[in-house]
Amino acid sequence: MFPELNNLLNTTPDRAEQGKLTLLCDAKTDGSFLVHHFLSFYLKANCKVCFVALIQSFSHYNIVGQKLGVSLTAARECGQLVFLEGLKSSVDVFFRAQAAPHPLQFLREADAGNLQPLYEFVREALKPVGDGQAAWRCPVLLVDDLSVLLSLGLGAVAVLDFVHYCRVAVCWERKGNIVALVHDSGDAEDEENDILLNGLSHQSHLILRAEGLATGFCRDVHGQLRVLWRTPSQPAAQRDRSLTYQYKIQDKSVSFFAKGMSPAVL
Amino acid sequence: MAAVATCGTGAGSTGSIAAAASKNNVTSFQRKGPRASGTDSGCSRLVSIAGTRPSVRNGQLLVSTGLPALDQLLGGGLAVGTVLLIEEDKYNIYSSLVFKYFLAEGIINGHTLLVASAKEDPADILQELPAPLLDDNCKKDFDEDVCNDKTPDSNIKMKIAWRYQLLPKMESGPVSSSRFGHYYDASKRMPQELIEASKWHGFFFPEKLSSTLNIESCSLTHGYRKLLQFIQNVIYEEGFDGSSPQKKQKNILRIGIQSLGSPLWGDDICCTENCDNSHSLTKFLYVLRGLLRTSLSACIITMPTHLIQNKAVIARVTNLSDTVVGLESFIGSERETNPLYKDYHGLIHIRQIPRLNNLIYDVSDVKDLAFKLKRKLFTIERLHLPPDLSDTVSRSSKQDLAESSKLLGPGCGMMAGGKKHLDF
Repeated sequence: MFPELNNLLNTTPDRAEQGKLTLLCDAKTDGSFLVHHFLSFYLKANCKVCFVALIQSFSHYNIVGQKLGVSLTAARECGQLVFLEGLKSSVDVFFRAQAAPHPLQFLREADAGNLQPLYEFVREALKPVGDGQAAWRCPVLLVDDLSVLLSLGLGAVAVLDFVHYCRVAVCWERKGNIVALVHDSGDAEDEENDILLNGLSHQSHLILRAEGLATGFCRDVHGQLRVLWRTPSQPAAQRDRSLTYQYKIQDKSVSFFAKGMSPAVL
Repeated sequence: MAAVATCGTGAGSTGSIAAAASKNNVTSFQRKGPRASGTDSGCSRLVSIAGTRPSVRNGQLLVSTGLPALDQLLGGGLAVGTVLLIEEDKYNIYSSLVFKYFLAEGIINGHTLLVASAKEDPADILQELPAPLLDDNCKKDFDEDVCNDKTPDSNIKMKIAWRYQLLPKMESGPVSSSRFGHYYDASKRMPQELIEASKWHGFFFPEKLSSTLNIESCSLTHGYRKLLQFIQNVIYEEGFDGSSPQKKQKNILRIGIQSLGSPLWGDDICCTENCDNSHSLTKFLYVLRGLLRTSLSACIITMPTHLIQNKAVIARVTNLSDTVVGLESFIGSERETNPLYKDYHGLIHIRQIPRLNNLIYDVSDVKDLAFKLKRKLFTIERLHLPPDLSDTVSRSSKQDLAESSKLLGPGCGMMAGGKKHLDF
């Protein structure tokens, strides 16, 4: 986790909030550093994490996690982390017929499927363990990322249904958190992606949006992060709080600063 | 497992080679190698494979793309287990050349090749590979070429324009000491004995149309299903995924897929905006990447993205590929006769570079890159717009300059996309 981002969001691993849906969004840049942040944050906060990693392999997250101070292999072995490696499992699902319904069963289907097997997998992974074992703080579902599900043949409505079911199971029943990454296609006119993004923005409590700079590439400032706190259930009269920071990604951390206050400029 | 953690956090990215030397079984040197058995520590399988080298940044295993200038722009080379997507230029002249360089590099290094095409027989593609320039007899030929250009002698320090000495130099000549990238002579063919000595598998789609499949129907088109099955068979049977214990030395599988997405593969994504199976191509790329991540292979795909009508599909394809390079040639466009571009054959856009095993990545500062193909070399250089030295500064040339510099753009989208170009 990045300590500066914790300061911005006003959280620490000890007092992580519960029952929240956090939406990570990136537009014209790579927002995966936010995924690494939340993964290490929740592992340090002693929460049980179910990570649906559809984009990269386990070793990628493991190596970056080691730089941020958590060991994913240790967490997986002691049961704190349930890791679904999308790329490796997709090969198994696609080439061999599976006996039991696989979480990525929709890859074998001809027409638009639904994500029910994946939901069952998440539910099973985050169900409270019985007696005697180490009790984790709260369950967390982390998805990287949801936009790739649209590329694999599912409709935006199916993905929104999946998030809705997971919210009921994780956020409401178990008082856990959900963090999901969605790409913003910008001017590429991806209607399904826009439906997904708008639908999720409406339901989420915290939106972190990583954007490229309006002026283009800069060596010292890699982008801009907009943080938006929302309260979906409150009346609209209460204004949502929003902050904008610029950031620079370094080898093991990310430094944040106010707009125009990059250390390279001052 | 604690050893892994301490080694990882202590060593960091640059110490990966040192860590490999110090600990003989558990290292932070992580190859995108076979994880099929699930144990990546234990036996020190740091046997070096011909034609590969570890990245200096994160220990990732890299192979050369066949163009040393492109290797330099991609951060040292193409990572094993990743996909290089080349967005074809309009008449598929230079992209097929880059494709052939990749395959030729595989033959020189002794890698196994898998060539898939829907329009040319892979055997014919292999016959047309460029001949390699080997160190001993190329040096004097190359010196003749260099004298004709005005490349500055690096030993002479610049006296007046000394600031320009600080600019990054692009690699423009064969580095005789490195065995990693090779140079090729585009005018000669690769010697027949080298092709015959190499191991290659060909997939020519018109030949495979009639044979049966054993995957039940999913939303992939017929051609993509056959191709995935073929690739998976080769990977499994030859043991690139670590499934069979390697009796011989490990090798890399170089996969080349030509013109993926074109109508010849049975996909109508280039023909219409709302196509029936619009997810076919993206699903193919996803499963292909899954195959690559779990095997010692690297893949180059050329795709005619200029024909794809639906911009959303191009964005999705870019997100599903690791490295994306776009080629834009000047042939047939009005820039061919534009005096601004007379030295170059086209522009090259590095659209995306992956961040593998790392938060950061090597990105070149130079965003405006152009390529030119001389007889022996495919060079990539920073695009220099010549100064406007005409006596009467005509209005049309000024507009051309502004137009073309606007199109050079505010940098590539993967790092930070800009909305507008600021005119200084």
